[in-house]
This record gives sequence, structure tokens and C-alpha cells, in this order.
Amino acid sequence: MMSLHDNRRWKPRLLECEIPASNPKSLQISKPKKVNLRPHFLLLKFAFLPGFKYPVAKTGLPLWMLGLDADRLRADLNRLLAFLFHQGILDEQYLQLQQLQDESSPNFVSEVVNIYFHESEKLLRNLRSLLMDRDFSDYDKMGIHLNQFIGSSSSIGAKRVRNVCVAFRAASDQNNRAGCLRALELLEHEYCILKNKLHELFQIEQQRLLAAGVRYPMLN
Amino acid sequence: MGNMATQTQFHVLAVDDSLIDRKLIERLLKTSSYQVTAVDSGSKALEFLGLNGENEDEERNSSVESVSAADEDHQVGVNLIITDYCMPGMTGYDLLRKIKQSSSFKDIPVVIMSSENIPSRINRCLEDGAEEFFLKPVKLSDVNKLRPHLMKGITTKTEMQSNTNKRKGSEEIQSPDRTRPRYNELEVV
Repeated sequence: MMSLHDNRRWKPRLLECEIPASNPKSLQISKPKKVNLRPHFLLLKFAFLPGFKYPVAKTGLPLWMLGLDADRLRADLNRLLAFLFHQGILDEQYLQLQQLQDESSPNFVSEVVNIYFHESEKLLRNLRSLLMDRDFSDYDKMGIHLNQFIGSSSSIGAKRVRNVCVAFRAASDQNNRAGCLRALELLEHEYCILKNKLHELFQIEQQRLLAAGVRYPMLN
Repeated sequence: MGNMATQTQFHVLAVDDSLIDRKLIERLLKTSSYQVTAVDSGSKALEFLGLNGENEDEERNSSVESVSAADEDHQVGVNLIITDYCMPGMTGYDLLRKIKQSSSFKDIPVVIMSSENIPSRINRCLEDGAEEFFLKPVKLSDVNKLRPHLMKGITTKTEMQSNTNKRKGSEEIQSPDRTRPRYNELEVV
């Protein structure tokens, strides 16, 4: 196995900047540097030296050219995660979920997130149908839905969605129908963003696993 | 004996009406090597324990052995109960009270979880017998705080076993039981 692609050198860090869980202030993440391109430059530089070994697909193309590069994908993953943290879309609870995933429970995060999607969409439909009803007055019922939404969002680290729900609940507590409608619009919007970003995360993660699992035939 | 082997793995009963939180607490507990049973309501928890609102005396005098966790040999014993506070029907607080009022189960440590930080609520739970109160979302560091409460439970249990020598006196081995807590403590450390 080629040393540049030796995964042991790249310790699996969730983010480029270490985030101590107890200190939320350290979530101020600077833009990720383009450091990760370096190994690829090196690869290009030394590619044609005699005796140089690099991973090659059956077609003769280096795998990194096909985009199936575990290191680059991990970098993409870290970049996306850093972005989501920076934007407040996810918080450290999401990292807790990732830490709970291991060989004995390899799909834990996606399982929990899929349950969250399923439940959230049901809640959003319920909230919308409540508010669309001309005779609506059951703010208590709305409060119950919102409490559930707040709880589940908090459990998976969906910070922005959770915050909108809290504002929504405040409007509901004041029986402010117009405020509730506005909050619902915003909530649907934020939920959409979250769902898209999480899908993106899972896609990259799947590709990364695929790439990491590929056997590298050696070229002499 | 069979009892000795099962004693090394603690059994936690988790109660939460939220599916996501149930999954989370289950994973947190399994990661810490606990055996977990998760139910979605206080009434299901009582059912699992064998406390169906029956009279305590009836349970003891009954010749029909129950197959629930209420079996005195503790073959499917519960070492700790962790419950959400806000649940429809029976709240976590109601469940706490019922357990502390039960002669069979009052010594099982109970932990309450809540997403709301309300000091009066927290104090009331602690005063009425809850060992800990966790704010949600629950983390691994919280679950680590459970171990001392579970270890305490073993000492209490073995003392109870040697004191209440009811039916199967011949099968209850006393001296090894007494040394067991110390042995377990060393292992865990």
C-alpha cells in the first residue's frame, strides 16, 4: 500500500478544527484551507518517477482521477460539516450521534436521521393543516406538536430548525395566528435546507466508504 | 451458577415516548455495555416490571410465578430505570412515585430526563427519590454517571438475598454472593 494513501497517516477527524464539546464558543471555524490538495500535487509530481507505486484502476487510470479518492471525500465531508456548523444548521449533538456509530451499529446516524425526517414531515403536515383550518383555535394541540419537534430536533443537533420551532411555540403561546403562519413558512424552509444538506452528507459518506473499500492493485 | 454470569451485565429499563430519544438512549446504554429494554410509556414500564396496579401482598402470596422482571431470583432483573419526564398519560414523575411506593422495586435507582431546565421540577424529582436528573439531549458523559448507582444496587441486592431466604434456600449461595460486589468493583475499575 502506497504511503501517501496510507489511511493511518490521516487520522479520522470529524472536522479540520478540533471542537471540544464543552466549549460552544470554539465553534467559530475559519474557512477550511486548501491543504488537502497537497497530496494530489505530490502525486502528480512524482507520478512518473520510475518505481513509483500508485493505485490504479483496471482501465489504467489512477483512482484519484476517477473521483474515488477516500481522502478527498473525507476532506469534502469535513468541509461540509464545518460549513453546517458555521451556519448553525447543525450543532455538537450531531457529533455525539456520529460518535455513537461504530462497527456494532454502523448505520446508527442514518437510522436516527431517517426517523427524524419521517416524524418531522408528519409534524409539519399536522401543523399546516391546523393553521389552514379557518376555525382553528387549538393552540394547545399545536404546542404539543411543537414540543415534540423541538425535542427531536434537539436530539439530532438540528439547531436552526429547533430555534425556529421555539419562536413558533412562543407565537402559539400568545395565540398569535399570523405569527404562527410566518413561523411555519420559515420552519418549512429551514427543514428543507437541513434535509438537503443531510442527504448531501450521507451521499459523500457513502462514496467515501465505497472508495475506502476499493482494493488497490499495485502497478510495478 | 446462571445468576453469577448475568450479574456482570446490568439491565436498564428506558422509558420515553419519543422514538428518536428511545433510539438514542438505547445506543448510549449499549455503548456502555448495559443490557437495555426500551418502552414508550410509564404503564408499559410498570407492566414490564410486573406492577400492573396489583396489590403487593397479592403478588407475594400468589402461587403462580410471574414471568416478568418481578421474579425474586432476578433472572430478568432491572438494575436501573431511566425515564423521560414529559410523557402523555403517566409522567416520569408519576412513574417515579409508583416505583418508590412499591416494596419490590423501591430500591431500584431511578433517573429522570427532561428537555426543560426547571429547577423546581428537578428538585421535586430528586427529593422524591430520583438519583439523577439529566437534561436532554443526554450525552455519554451523563450515562457514565449511572455506574456508581448501579454498583450500589449490587451490594443492596446481595444483602437482601441473604436476608430473605424464602423458597429456594438451597440454591441461594450466600458466601460467594457476599464477596461478589467487591470482585465486580475490581473488574469494573
